[in-house]
Amino acid sequence: MTTAFAPLPTTASASGSVASTTTESIVFAPTPLQAYLMRIGDTCLIHTQRLAEWSGHAPILEEDIALTNLALDLVGQARALLTHVGRQTGFDEDQLAFLRNERDFRNVTLVELPGRRAGRDFADAVVRNFLLAAWMNVLWSKLESSSDAEIAAIAGKAVKESRYHVAHAADWVVRLGDGTDESMRRTRQAVDRLWPYTAELFETDGIDTAAAEAGLGPMRVSLKAEWDAIVAPVFAEAGLNIPATGAFRSTGTRGVHSEHMGYLLAEMQTLQRTLPGGQW
Amino acid sequence: MTASKTDIANAEAQAHEWPLWEVFVRPKAGLDHKHCGSLHAADSKMALQLAREVYTRRQEGISVWIVRSDQIVASDPADKAMLFDPMEDKVYRHPTFYELPPEVGHM
Repeated sequence: MTTAFAPLPTTASASGSVASTTTESIVFAPTPLQAYLMRIGDTCLIHTQRLAEWSGHAPILEEDIALTNLALDLVGQARALLTHVGRQTGFDEDQLAFLRNERDFRNVTLVELPGRRAGRDFADAVVRNFLLAAWMNVLWSKLESSSDAEIAAIAGKAVKESRYHVAHAADWVVRLGDGTDESMRRTRQAVDRLWPYTAELFETDGIDTAAAEAGLGPMRVSLKAEWDAIVAPVFAEAGLNIPATGAFRSTGTRGVHSEHMGYLLAEMQTLQRTLPGGQW
Repeated sequence: MTASKTDIANAEAQAHEWPLWEVFVRPKAGLDHKHCGSLHAADSKMALQLAREVYTRRQEGISVWIVRSDQIVASDPADKAMLFDPMEDKVYRHPTFYELPPEVGHM
């Protein structure tokens, strides 16, 4: 494959070899406890990547800044978790974010689904933000009592951020759901489209069990009741029905992603893979 | 009285636009809320959230006030001379004619 990139800048050549156009992926074999944390970190990271598509495109200037602020909170949370796991596995946060292959990402599939650039509207962003913020808020509040002191500290900061994310997103869900005929139609479509992917947020597997036994963090299934308690009243106020959960299960947390993930990673990783170790 | 074309255009624009709000931020306890800008929002709840997003993202404050811009009663700039110029020659209203004892130091 030939490269379409312009000649490499001199700052890159100072760091050593820049001849190859693609950097090798790292070999990342996390323990179950590390995988547990990567699920959360990757969910924050990939959610950020999709949210960034809204930068410069939100319906009003102030909400544009709000979505960017939200993304910056999330990337901060992702960095904290990736740095923490990286310290245990001998990688830095950039290597973990930009040099892993698709199968090594463990984010929930919900966050990688197509976003604004694929034609999804603002209602999609609002509903997605709300469902995830509610989940993250319950998760962070439980991680505050993690047996890992650093995770507890990260959670202590993140839970405040996520509480605001819930409030902000919930407000928009009600505005759009209980707004005009058009905003209601679009919001219902977004709920129908995204809801099937929420089942994965509450599944249980060996990684959840290991984390719960070690006191590192809660099993996903234990978040369900509190998540319902956040989502149900907001949906009721917005005039939205909570869809029935079908048999479909997405599998991003197991590393098996939707067809959209490869494109997302290609874009997210291209700079580091072309100019490894590049900083700005 | 007939409305001018500009008045009609303004009224139509307002009917489709969210109202304007003025934002006041208190930098820290003990200091006053200070006017820092304005924004458009559909209602007070949204205005408060967006004020937080736009005007406190660099730790500018610990408290925010918002006020509908059209609720502010302002003096007419054309009355500036009448209202404020007469104070120009009344320097005796400033407490600058007292002699401070040295032990008071800077005041």
